[in-house]
Amino acid sequence: MKAALVLEDGRVFPGEGFGAEGVSTGEIVFNTSMTGYQEILTDPSYHRQIVTMTVPHVGNTGVNLEDPESVKVWVAGFVVRSLSPIVSNWRNRGDLATYLKDSGIIGLSSVATRALVRHIREIGVMRAAVAHGREAEDTDALVDMARSSLDMSGANLVDDVSVQTPYDWTDESDAQWYGDHPAAGDRPLIVAYDYGIKRNILRMMADRGLRVTVVPAWTPPAEVLDMNPAGVFLSNGPGDPAAVDYAIANVQSLLGAAPIFGICLGHQILALALGGETEKMRFGHRGGNQPVKHLASGEVEIASHNHGFAVRADSDLKGGEITHLNLNDNTVAGLRHHELRAFSVQYHPEASPGPHDSFYLFDEFVDAVHGNRSSRER
Amino acid sequence: MPKRTDIKSIMIIGSGPIVIGQACEFDYSGVQACKALKAQGYRVVLVNSNPATIMTDPQFADATYIEPLTPDICEKIIALEQPDALLPTVGGQTALNLAVQLKASGFLDRHGVELIGATLTSIQLAEDRQLFNDTMREIGLAVPDSKVVSTVDDALAFAKVIGYPILIRPSFTMGGAGGGVAYDSDELRRVAANGIQQSPLGEVLVDKSLLGWKEYELELMRDAKGNFVVVCSIENLDPMGVHTGDSITIAPAQTLTDKEIQRLRNMSRKIFDRVGITTGGANVQFAINPDDGEVYVIEMNPRVSRSSALASKATGFPIAKIAALVAVGFTLDEIPNDITLKTPASFEPSLDYIVVKIPRWDFKKFAGADPVLGPQMKAVGEVMAIGRTFPEALQKGVRSLDIGMEGFGSQVDSDLRPEALSVPTAQRLFQVASLIAGGVGFAEIVRQTHFDPWFVQQMHDLMAIHGSVVGKALRLSDLDESDLRKLKHYGFSDAYIADLVGVDSLAVRDYRKRLGVEANFYRVDTCAAEFEAMTPYLYSTYEMEDEAAPSHAPKVMILGGGPNRIGQGIEFDYCCVHACFALREAGYETIMVNCNPETVSTDYDTADRLYFEPLTAEDVMNIVDREQPAGLLVQFGGQTPLNIARDLERMGAPIWGTSVDTIDLAEDRERFNALMRRLNIAQPSGATILNREEAAGAAASIGYPVLVRPSYVLGGRGMAIVFDEAQLLAWLDDHVEWGGHPVLIDQFLDDAYEVDVDALCDGAHVTIGGIMQHIEQAGVHSGDSACVVPPYKISYFHLDIIRDHSRRIGLALGVKGLFNIQFAVKDDEVYVLEVNPRASRTVPFISKATGRPLARYAAQITAGATLADLGFLDEPSVNGFFIKEAVFPFQKFPGVDTRLGPEMRSTGEVMGHASSFGHAFVKSQASAWLSLPESGVVFISVNDFDKPLVAKMARDLAKLDFDLLATEGTARWLNQMGIQTRRINKLSEGKPHIMDAMQRRQVDLIINTPRGSQAHEDGVAIRSLAYALGIPIVTTMSAAAATVQGIRRMREKPLSVRSLQSHYEAMM
Repeated sequence: MKAALVLEDGRVFPGEGFGAEGVSTGEIVFNTSMTGYQEILTDPSYHRQIVTMTVPHVGNTGVNLEDPESVKVWVAGFVVRSLSPIVSNWRNRGDLATYLKDSGIIGLSSVATRALVRHIREIGVMRAAVAHGREAEDTDALVDMARSSLDMSGANLVDDVSVQTPYDWTDESDAQWYGDHPAAGDRPLIVAYDYGIKRNILRMMADRGLRVTVVPAWTPPAEVLDMNPAGVFLSNGPGDPAAVDYAIANVQSLLGAAPIFGICLGHQILALALGGETEKMRFGHRGGNQPVKHLASGEVEIASHNHGFAVRADSDLKGGEITHLNLNDNTVAGLRHHELRAFSVQYHPEASPGPHDSFYLFDEFVDAVHGNRSSRER
Repeated sequence: MPKRTDIKSIMIIGSGPIVIGQACEFDYSGVQACKALKAQGYRVVLVNSNPATIMTDPQFADATYIEPLTPDICEKIIALEQPDALLPTVGGQTALNLAVQLKASGFLDRHGVELIGATLTSIQLAEDRQLFNDTMREIGLAVPDSKVVSTVDDALAFAKVIGYPILIRPSFTMGGAGGGVAYDSDELRRVAANGIQQSPLGEVLVDKSLLGWKEYELELMRDAKGNFVVVCSIENLDPMGVHTGDSITIAPAQTLTDKEIQRLRNMSRKIFDRVGITTGGANVQFAINPDDGEVYVIEMNPRVSRSSALASKATGFPIAKIAALVAVGFTLDEIPNDITLKTPASFEPSLDYIVVKIPRWDFKKFAGADPVLGPQMKAVGEVMAIGRTFPEALQKGVRSLDIGMEGFGSQVDSDLRPEALSVPTAQRLFQVASLIAGGVGFAEIVRQTHFDPWFVQQMHDLMAIHGSVVGKALRLSDLDESDLRKLKHYGFSDAYIADLVGVDSLAVRDYRKRLGVEANFYRVDTCAAEFEAMTPYLYSTYEMEDEAAPSHAPKVMILGGGPNRIGQGIEFDYCCVHACFALREAGYETIMVNCNPETVSTDYDTADRLYFEPLTAEDVMNIVDREQPAGLLVQFGGQTPLNIARDLERMGAPIWGTSVDTIDLAEDRERFNALMRRLNIAQPSGATILNREEAAGAAASIGYPVLVRPSYVLGGRGMAIVFDEAQLLAWLDDHVEWGGHPVLIDQFLDDAYEVDVDALCDGAHVTIGGIMQHIEQAGVHSGDSACVVPPYKISYFHLDIIRDHSRRIGLALGVKGLFNIQFAVKDDEVYVLEVNPRASRTVPFISKATGRPLARYAAQITAGATLADLGFLDEPSVNGFFIKEAVFPFQKFPGVDTRLGPEMRSTGEVMGHASSFGHAFVKSQASAWLSLPESGVVFISVNDFDKPLVAKMARDLAKLDFDLLATEGTARWLNQMGIQTRRINKLSEGKPHIMDAMQRRQVDLIINTPRGSQAHEDGVAIRSLAYALGIPIVTTMSAAAATVQGIRRMREKPLSVRSLQSHYEAMM
């Protein structure tokens, strides 16, 4: 059936529809990961974004029960070069088209994705509409819809994706993928702010003997401190970090009270809480192949990225220092504030999808948490 | 970490001659390493025995040794050059094995040479099968049940434990030589015995066979800081059991989820840590059970490899260059990405296209060879194709093969049974197409092939499109723009579409262009378009937008040679690369078109612009349309570009140099004969026949023996000498499909000497580059014959005639550039056998011997320079002797007769040079892995014609203290002549016979000259065994004479080594 992707600047990319029918709008972004589309689809950080994959064949391995990173598909639309005509993988439990259809998400195949990606690279990310079905014929209307859709700058999307009530997380990761993890002894409590948290972050913490309570993004600091956490975690999530003012304020009041670890949006919120600034990038970093230099050791991690905003390298972090740089463009990839026992990274050490080079950050969090407990016990 | 300053001089070992399993990918990696290290200011000392390589051109190293790759010779070079370090990881298994020998013997340590890029322990851990398997288990990784054995009995015993089928792999061999699959104990006996023989350690690994499991490979890179990247994942279409070199492979892997890929990445990293790969590139192969994902580690190569060359081309990440840089201390983040220029090499390439590699086999050359693919590699070359989707890349790959296939399903065989698919052969891919076309279901194809269903489904889709055109009997005009776009998206070539609708391919092209369906060119950029690609490395597709961004500079396009095959190999790539360098220096923008991932020509920094495309008229013309080059060079890439030259010219391509008409004149027999008559130059008498009936009469009037061959062939495919009518008719029935293609019958000049001439002509003047005399007498294909410059046995009188003929032929043809003439001298008459108006196989050899870059000159001539402009008006002189020897793949094809004949079968060549003929010959043999004995037992068995000659030679050998051994006839003859000779049984005379003596290593040299119809089973068996055992064997009397001369000289004086640079310096 007729389908199209229409950008706010008027460019039209025709395609063949799959998944749900109808129209949807969002910011068009590209991801260069060659594997892991199911993890990407279910990453809440993609809320209100239409994602195109640079890898041409998508859907080859179908979908399974193990790989989703959250309870649902979050992307606002999914655009690929070639939807697989078949599913082939021993773990598969279904095909991508049905999965998207059941999730109410529009998919587009046979799209000239490289031309699209080059366009985004040159012009920057922009708003777009995907249409599958009759609506796809009226491209003018779709341009209007794209233009009147949400602007990512200034958008607080955390409210849409955060859990409404706290819950405890105990699941550990599967050893066949992540190796064995030592049985936990005492289990210090981590309170994790859910700005759109990925499951693998929770598993990584659980694997390391941390007891995790996930709380809504807007949970007041006092409630958090009442839980007497050994550490606080700030999760990844969608939208403009600067728009989530309550989160910035909450983190500000938590600084110093417990070790803090932030990932992605959590990293940006920590930076803002410290007094830094964030900015929107032209087209962001989304992929599993980005080189991140750990400045202290000089070692390079190949890291999974998914962000469209970044902490400005020239902003004043009030005693916080930059610990990691993305070597492709020297943007800030990690920071730390020693006295306040807070650190964060812009990228995704939990991988899923992507390489596992950065798991050590969870170990550092565990160390910080144990340091916190022993200092309190003294 | 910046580069190391404690080392100043680095020795690099090349991989030697092109053989199956080790081809020009190591020229590519060697060139990259040399260039990278030289650019960093290191003094580079290079050793390689292969003169046809770019890496052995004197400008790529500070001291270039074209010498045998043996420990003795390398020790001499090290003693002379005193390098600080040795980089053993860019010269294939040959370099690695040699480095191990030099290190293990303590020689490197005694001379203060540090091994860089690998350690002895890491090489041994990775290469010793048992050690590797034990190590894998130790770090918790699964490996197939296996055991190293050194006797057949042990192999049988272990097979009882683990059950059949059993996989046999010898230790320390390349391309899996000596490996095989055994389904029962009889097969196991045979395969194990062969493997044990071929392994330098005399041991094989007996493995549980994982037939039907999926096979993957990761190409990896690491620096001294521990930074680690996956350059590329590769998925094999053929399941486990077929050697990776014989498998169709796809990059990136298509049927693994992220968790599964990351698991392989983590395992690889663990293996690197444990094996101790601290700097450089390596690959790890995995087997995965398609039912439950269970992973076995199969092997690791602690060096750059054939697949790393493929991965480099597939991703734009130059593995060998970076391996060399990290070996001298750089970290990945200190090395820039050459494609984006802005980002560092510490990243993992992301591909937004699909790469398909298809091997190219040459089984037709080896009558009697087992065509079943298995753990021992048999392919002689490969092509790579890039497309936006798998179907597009697959179809481009198929037409890149240059085997007459226009696409995946372009030739459908309706007589196949699905069971045929269970046997892996060179034809299996096309059999799948045929069976799908014949209605065999998807599930059945999967069941028989064990191909992943994902690929089979894509193949089904392709055949469905094929069927939608054929089934409806559509005509060209029935196809609208969107139909054509769809066909193009799926990689259908104009020629394929033309076949489907029954028109000429040019008609499809015109129609397509009228509808505006044109190829676009996309860039290979390492990053899936995330960053702008500054280096123009392009491939075609039919998706929207074009990224070629051609410049307005004057430009020249050079057509490469396509896949390596017997008769067309690295020599032509050498010429293309030189043409490219010359024209770049002359101020042109250079554009390379080729589809062979192993080559230097397809390195993105060889030409200004690289198009990785099939060498068909359509694909080349699409580039011409876009780039609008001033000139197109077709004379450097061998026969492949010549074959499309006429079509290109017809479509308006500006062909530079020798004209298409001249090419035709040289290749059209009637026209050529008329020209020779006009020039009053002798040719062997001959006839062209168009049907079987004419053959006998024509041959009789010429007189037997005659040489027969199909016209328009390269490497003498199908060529034979026949001695009577029965043989003639038998040959015709075996080799010829009548239908317009003529067959040539020529007088065979028995006992003649053959001479090859490479020369240049600018239209007004001819300069001879070199005159090479074949060491084997006429009848042996020029590509298979050893040859020597300067000629050692031809009179000045004849040489002057040869020069005069060459000059007149070049001028009469109007050659602009290189040409090659084969002459034969017999009974005082000089005959012209053949003229090739293009670069020849011997151009690199002659260029090395004379120090004059003939291919460069030729390229400059095509651009308008004269020989006078080039200062190249006189035939260069040669100091000392340079001998080229051919190298054969007979070890891979047991049972095939190894006697040399008019059909070329060598895969590569080596060069020996020295001030005396004898030493040069010994070196050429040593370089071909035949080390001539200085004493011992020589077995002589010659045909009746050679008996008069054998006495002198036998006497010489006896004088050199050799013991002579011969079968009845020869022994009686020699004893009659007063030469003491021991008699040994023929095979038919019962044990102990000659083969028993060979097996017991009681024979050190074999002189065996078969002839014509007298070839008998004994000879075939003896020659085949000699190859398997590595016993030097000589099959012509002239080569035997050269051998004796070499042995004598070797005993008089030890071999010495000399770099090309100091050789040329001494000449000046």
